[in-house]
Amino acid sequence: MDITTDPQKPAPAPVPHQPPGKDAKRAARGATRPGDRIFLGLSRGSGIFVLVIMAAIAAFLTYRASIAISKNEANFFTTLEWNPTGTPPEFGIAVLAFGTVVSSVIAMAVAVPIAVGIALFITHYAPRKLGGAIGYVIDLLAAVPSIVYGLWGALVLVPHMEGLFGWLDEYLGWTGVFEWNQGAPRSLFTVGILLAIMILPIITNVSREVFRQVPRMHEEAALALGATRWEVIRMSVLPFGRSGVISASMLGLGRALGETMAVAMVLSSSFEINLSLLDTGGGTFAQNIASKFNEATVMGRDALIASGLVLFVITLLVNGAARMIIGRRKEYSGANA
Amino acid sequence: MSHATLTPKSRSSLRGATLPKWFLWAVAAGSIAAGLGISAAAGLNSSIQWALIAAVLFVLGTYAISARVEGGRQAKDRVATSMVWVAFIVAVIPLASLVWATVKRGVKVLDGYFLTHSMGVVADAEVGGGIYHAILGTLEQVGIATLISVPVGVLTAIYLVEYGSGKLSKAVTFFVDVMTGIPSIVAGLFILSTWILMLDMGPSGFAGSLALSILMIPVVVRSTEEMLKLVPNELREASLALGVPKWRTILKVVLPTSVGGITTGVMLAVARITGETAPVLLLVWGTDFINANPFQDPQESLPMYIYLQFANSGGYGAAYDRAWAAALTLIAFIMILNLAARGIARWKAPKTGR
Repeated sequence: MDITTDPQKPAPAPVPHQPPGKDAKRAARGATRPGDRIFLGLSRGSGIFVLVIMAAIAAFLTYRASIAISKNEANFFTTLEWNPTGTPPEFGIAVLAFGTVVSSVIAMAVAVPIAVGIALFITHYAPRKLGGAIGYVIDLLAAVPSIVYGLWGALVLVPHMEGLFGWLDEYLGWTGVFEWNQGAPRSLFTVGILLAIMILPIITNVSREVFRQVPRMHEEAALALGATRWEVIRMSVLPFGRSGVISASMLGLGRALGETMAVAMVLSSSFEINLSLLDTGGGTFAQNIASKFNEATVMGRDALIASGLVLFVITLLVNGAARMIIGRRKEYSGANA
Repeated sequence: MSHATLTPKSRSSLRGATLPKWFLWAVAAGSIAAGLGISAAAGLNSSIQWALIAAVLFVLGTYAISARVEGGRQAKDRVATSMVWVAFIVAVIPLASLVWATVKRGVKVLDGYFLTHSMGVVADAEVGGGIYHAILGTLEQVGIATLISVPVGVLTAIYLVEYGSGKLSKAVTFFVDVMTGIPSIVAGLFILSTWILMLDMGPSGFAGSLALSILMIPVVVRSTEEMLKLVPNELREASLALGVPKWRTILKVVLPTSVGGITTGVMLAVARITGETAPVLLLVWGTDFINANPFQDPQESLPMYIYLQFANSGGYGAAYDRAWAAALTLIAFIMILNLAARGIARWKAPKTGR
């Protein structure tokens, strides 16, 4: 695509006796014009800038985190306390890791099947026009900011959870996981449900894109063999879309892991691991940073940055894995969701 | 000829028995009635419970009847269909409730006064006050973030599409993808550790803009990249064949062709960062007063305002009302941006010859 010769420039013929100099060499190399070089430099510079930002995020977070961790008198990974300003300073991420994992697992368990169901509904069950309209609405819902989900979760969803909590306590309370002490339902379970509602649109969007790209021939072949609609979906749509659905779920997981405000508004947090998911208590990485930031001293901030670094690494791994799964099958455009 | 001789009997031997269409409605009506009956008998009064019972009865009923008349495969198909419908309805309920609650509670105090006044001398428990300072802060912070992100994002996309090949562009592509997934709170912590802790700056709207642009750049890169890829190669080749330098080809041919799509992408990115709260919480702090200077002192922003009204409400209805009204304003702003962006996308879609 590069132009190596310039038709505007007079050919070197009029000066035949000049030995091959700088000009000739440059012409052979290509990209001779200053404009081209400046433009290439600018755009390549921007690309490098993006890499530099990523590296800087990792470097600065690690730097501040190392300051905090070096002063930490307790084990950073197993301690059940958050007291970075005490003497001696002691803090650990065990509670946060537990809360983050539990709420995200609940969110995924609820959201993924429903999202796949809606995606199938849009692509294979609903009348074409209705499917298109629903897809459009879900696109818009994906843009609703998390603070609004948080407000709705705290003021509308939480009061509605009491009935469900009572029911779970009555019939599943014996497991210990669903025991409920009648407190306000601002627990990790509610957070999980809210996160599920929040990541539903994004998982649906990506899955829908993937299901739409299932080769028409596969489906028609199955239909021609007398398959029912469900059999078509099971034999041709789901196998084709499996990796797409997995990566869509991981994108959703990445969002659930890093969700801050909605969790901070709904969860009644305390620094303890509570095995009963319906009782209040616990916390997540992002929520802990948002709630503790205001009263934090410099040391407290560094400790929060240390926990943020862990969150950064986790989301990096999850998102990287999702992208790699998508990247393996280039035909998916799911990557640009 | 053959269809003339076909009798209903011989057709059914080919197709197998099928249930009539009213069958589904009949089962639905039956299971709703049974659900209501059971919950009335058992003394349940939650509307969710009778609906759940009815849904379970419906799925079981269709399966049993269909398995008997149409065979197991058809029955499974019917169950799958009902499950997909149930998934759709289950998802619609909370999302519809979200929109309904925001609109219904938001319109209470949303008026001209609310949009043009700040919270300056209004206590949390009092009625009155408004979001003027928050709108101002949001516009400034998002505006600065856009000014930073659009040139960087568009140039990066140009590099990836027009120049990129080899390891550097692969690395950039991968990390842009990964960057889309950075939690907003981590972006906030990064700016906190550099701008505020290292350079010793105070909280300001500009610090928030820096964090927002970290969130915005990857979105702009991705969408611009997609749009540049849609520009037909013939256009580039025609321009290059006329001897136009490559950089002028990009500026005068490629970018104008895809400008509609790029605008759409930028607007969607703006819509996305407008609702971000976490970086603002860490870097801009929020205030009740009007601060038009984004480079000094705390500022307010719309999402931050919602959070502060909610967190400081102390259960007072007035603060909740303001939070809902601000949420409605925020959603309306984002939805208008989204709709406008999609409108532009449709209006200025690049002609790909298809």
